[in-house]
Amino acid sequence: MRIKQVSVFVANEPGRLVDMLGPLSDSEIDIQALSVADSTDFGIVRMVVSNTAGAVKALHDAQFTVRINEVLAYDMPNVPGGLLKAVVEPLAKMGINLEYIYAFAESEIGKAKVVLKVSDIDRAEDVLGKG
Amino acid sequence: MTIWEPQYEKMTREELEKLQLERLQQKVKSVYEKVPFYRTKLQEVGLTPKDIKSLDDITRLPFTSKSDFRDNYPFGMMAVPLSEVVRVHASSGTTGKPIVAPYNAKDIDTWSNLMARTLASAGAHSGDIIQNAYGYGLFTGGLGFHYGAERLGATVIPVAAGNTKRQIMLIEDLGTTVLTCTPSYALIVAETAQEMGIDLAASQLRLAVCGAEPWSENMRVEIEAKLGVTAIDIYGLTELLGPGVSCECSYKTGMHIWEDHFLAEIIDPVTEQPLPYGQQGELVLTTLTKEAMPVIRFKTHDIVNLYPETCECGRTMVRMSKVHGRTDDMLIVRGVNVFPTQIESVLLSVEGVEPQYQIIVDRERHLDEIEIWVEVSDAIFSDEMRSLEELEKRVRAEMDSVLGISARVKLVEPKTITRTEGKAKRVVDRREL
Repeated sequence: MRIKQVSVFVANEPGRLVDMLGPLSDSEIDIQALSVADSTDFGIVRMVVSNTAGAVKALHDAQFTVRINEVLAYDMPNVPGGLLKAVVEPLAKMGINLEYIYAFAESEIGKAKVVLKVSDIDRAEDVLGKG
Repeated sequence: MTIWEPQYEKMTREELEKLQLERLQQKVKSVYEKVPFYRTKLQEVGLTPKDIKSLDDITRLPFTSKSDFRDNYPFGMMAVPLSEVVRVHASSGTTGKPIVAPYNAKDIDTWSNLMARTLASAGAHSGDIIQNAYGYGLFTGGLGFHYGAERLGATVIPVAAGNTKRQIMLIEDLGTTVLTCTPSYALIVAETAQEMGIDLAASQLRLAVCGAEPWSENMRVEIEAKLGVTAIDIYGLTELLGPGVSCECSYKTGMHIWEDHFLAEIIDPVTEQPLPYGQQGELVLTTLTKEAMPVIRFKTHDIVNLYPETCECGRTMVRMSKVHGRTDDMLIVRGVNVFPTQIESVLLSVEGVEPQYQIIVDRERHLDEIEIWVEVSDAIFSDEMRSLEELEKRVRAEMDSVLGISARVKLVEPKTITRTEGKAKRVVDRREL
């Protein structure tokens, strides 16, 4: 299903993540998933949060550059081959490119979640389902 | 648009040159008699004031440079006794002792009048509410604009630079119609208003008169769009007068130099030989009416073009282009001459790039390296690394194709680059040359 993701531009320097996460914590925003893409000079922090609008406001107030966009998120079985069979293979078969992906295990045993950005969100949703 | 002094501003070339020659002869005579510095310089080249028979003879006179003011600090260049001086301004003196600019009562009167002429040329008129956000004090900007605006018959708000939120409040509450400040400060005002959720384009503000630092055409577009104004470029120098040497008219096709008060020449910055109109070179100015401290053939270090054709506004006074750069902050990077303003134009031509940047020049293993820091705004930010890398690549490719320099581009967070309320520090040169 489609969800909103918050991306933040962060300098690749010690302590910058502290500056970024502080305002979110102060605004009582829960981070449900997070990944960081890094280059030499900067990183892109991508997050799924409990309150998107609140997170954007807190980050803007702290003068961060922020962007919201739609990504797909799915539950999948946390078993060998789970990601492969449930997500990656079906997309590859349809010729849909994965721009980036991050996944994490949930506290409930046998369950995992995956967040993905694809080249064609409509077709990907047709393949993987809307629920 | 009203022309403040049509009898001068629309003079025929012939009338103007006659007036200029009279005034030049008078000035040369006066400095020869009263300023030992000029007498010695003229004697060294075997000239007396009588040798100035035509305007072309000016090229026989020696140049005056910034260092001459330093060598004669503080009052050695003065042509009147200190008791006649009613006011002293000074340059910021970032590169040593400041340059001291004395004025007698007549100079203040001339200056006020020229600033009224300048503001009228920019499109201001009596009845305007002029918020003057130039620094007051030793800097010529604050008081120069202030006296000119009063002479024009406008209402002046002498707010000075800084306290941006208060500036915005005053613009809204007092119905400011004209903002006068440096171009970089105009952008700070625009950005701050945006952050406060205030749309200044909806205010009474219609004109910004910006100067005291070089700025590009693209920066003008930004200021005009964000503040909802016409932005006009103005030029001046502490050594000669302060603001009020030249200013654009509403046609924005160059800044009219007030030639009844200043004689303009254009020279090759290296050979110091005169260049024909139209060619890019260093501007040289001679004051024709200044009394307390007349200046002969001052090398401004500013690189400009001069256009002599009569302007659509009807003024005959020669127009100078925006300052393309300064001979002293021209960067020579691996043998290529680059002005920071050129880098700015290239940057702003890339969609979404904000005019907040800094140029860092360094030398690694005997090679000059240029790094350009560009702030990432929400508009150009992307969740995909690839788009950001493409942006860096695009800026790099433009720098290479337009300026012929290879630069490293570094994307930085907003507000990483220091904002200034006076002049922006665009270049950090770490080379120890």
